[in-house]
Amino acid sequence: MNEWTPIWANLILILAVVFAFSAMLSWIERRLLGLWQDRYGPNRVGPFGVLQIVADSIKLLAKEDWIPPFADRAVFVLAPAIVAVTTLLAFSVVPIAPGIGVVDLNIGLLFFLAMSSLGVYSIVLGGWASNSKYSLLGGLRAAAQMLSYEVFMGLALMGVVMLAGSFNLRDIVAAQENLWFCVPQILGLATFAVAGIAEARRLPFDLPESENELVAGFHTEYSSMKFGLFFIGEYVGITLISAMIVTLFFGGWLGPLLPPLVWFLLKTFIVVACFVLLRAALPRPRYDQLMAYGWKVMLPVTLVNLLITGAVVLSMA
Amino acid sequence: MEATFYLSGAVAVAATLMVVTRASAVHALLYLIVSLLAVAIIFFVLGAPFVAALEVIIYAGAVMVLFVFVIMMLNLGKAAAVKEREWLSPGMWVGPSILSALLLAELIYILVPNVQDVQGAYGGAALSGGVGVDSKEVGIALFGPYLLGVELASLLLLAGLVGACHLGWHTELRSGSHPASRPDGVRS
Repeated sequence: MNEWTPIWANLILILAVVFAFSAMLSWIERRLLGLWQDRYGPNRVGPFGVLQIVADSIKLLAKEDWIPPFADRAVFVLAPAIVAVTTLLAFSVVPIAPGIGVVDLNIGLLFFLAMSSLGVYSIVLGGWASNSKYSLLGGLRAAAQMLSYEVFMGLALMGVVMLAGSFNLRDIVAAQENLWFCVPQILGLATFAVAGIAEARRLPFDLPESENELVAGFHTEYSSMKFGLFFIGEYVGITLISAMIVTLFFGGWLGPLLPPLVWFLLKTFIVVACFVLLRAALPRPRYDQLMAYGWKVMLPVTLVNLLITGAVVLSMA
Repeated sequence: MEATFYLSGAVAVAATLMVVTRASAVHALLYLIVSLLAVAIIFFVLGAPFVAALEVIIYAGAVMVLFVFVIMMLNLGKAAAVKEREWLSPGMWVGPSILSALLLAELIYILVPNVQDVQGAYGGAALSGGVGVDSKEVGIALFGPYLLGVELASLLLLAGLVGACHLGWHTELRSGSHPASRPDGVRS
């Protein structure tokens, strides 16, 4: 049982790195968006503006933490905590490198799906508890969107499970020793990436928030650090989805020359940068287009992928 | 591990009691979600991690979201909570309590003589972190001896699917007069 000795060190370090990276991500995102849109972005606070997040956090903490009198108090306070807890819990099963990771769960992939499906409550309850029209509309959209996209998120991963023969994320990475799953599971990768963006509520799938029509959607009534939790929860969510894409489709920590940890971080950062690029490149669809796309395009594609993968696995066996 | 079992069992019972007694529908649903999560932990402790994960994904993560969705759409205000509280008058408790007590007595009557057996056969080994049923075994069992049950369930789901399709079908859509079928999507 000597594997368990470094678990606390592992846990605290991973928590700190995930939080720090997610916080820095808001600055990275604004700088990258600036680069692609031919402007500077935040570059005033500290060298290249890296300390922008420090300034933002101080501002958020100093703001008045206001709970509207018409809100459902208990649920209003609970909602932002749920998203932070579920996304951070999901991180516990991500295999970062050999020997680095919090738990090695046999049902790791299912645990990730379970946590991401519980994350919906945060948005839905936040929208409901605010007791305002814009928030409720945002919450309703979130419920319908995330439920629809979760259906094929799980199905998209079943191809990977068939090829690896396990729900254990470490086994899945080990199964990619010879060939990364992004090649045989290209359809699975495409559908999972789309579902992942929808789960993280990122543009072009940020209809629960859509500031042009719903003020700020589900978190309209939130201020101070409660808003901060939603904010950081979204960035932790992006980091989580990127880490999962790397683990499931791009061989996790596998790679030549460089140490495993560096490979994992490098790949994750590239996927995160792709998410930011998507935000810079794509407009937001209409709500019915979003739902129709999920049910009429993505779901059939994942089913076809499952059919092909199943046939190939059977014929190989 | 045994402490986890009893603790989550207590949480499940307490949360379920709260479900019945809450006046606000959304609060009741939240307690129901807690209860389902507690049951998932019980499954996990008993050595069925696959069922535990499915309990969270399907019941807590999907079915209950739909419930919350519908309750949110109904937009029940303070008036509904007041009415609900009136329904929870002491007189209302008599009938259901007697029936539940009978069921509880039956359950205890069945369980008590078998407690030792269960402990020996499964409980002991699983609780001490020994054998568990992994997802592969569940799959083999489902598509082996229980194949008929799986097929019946899929038939039921198919019927539900056809029903939903029928309810959601726009008859006007076929003739092309429905606003949603116009290429520009503008509703006149």
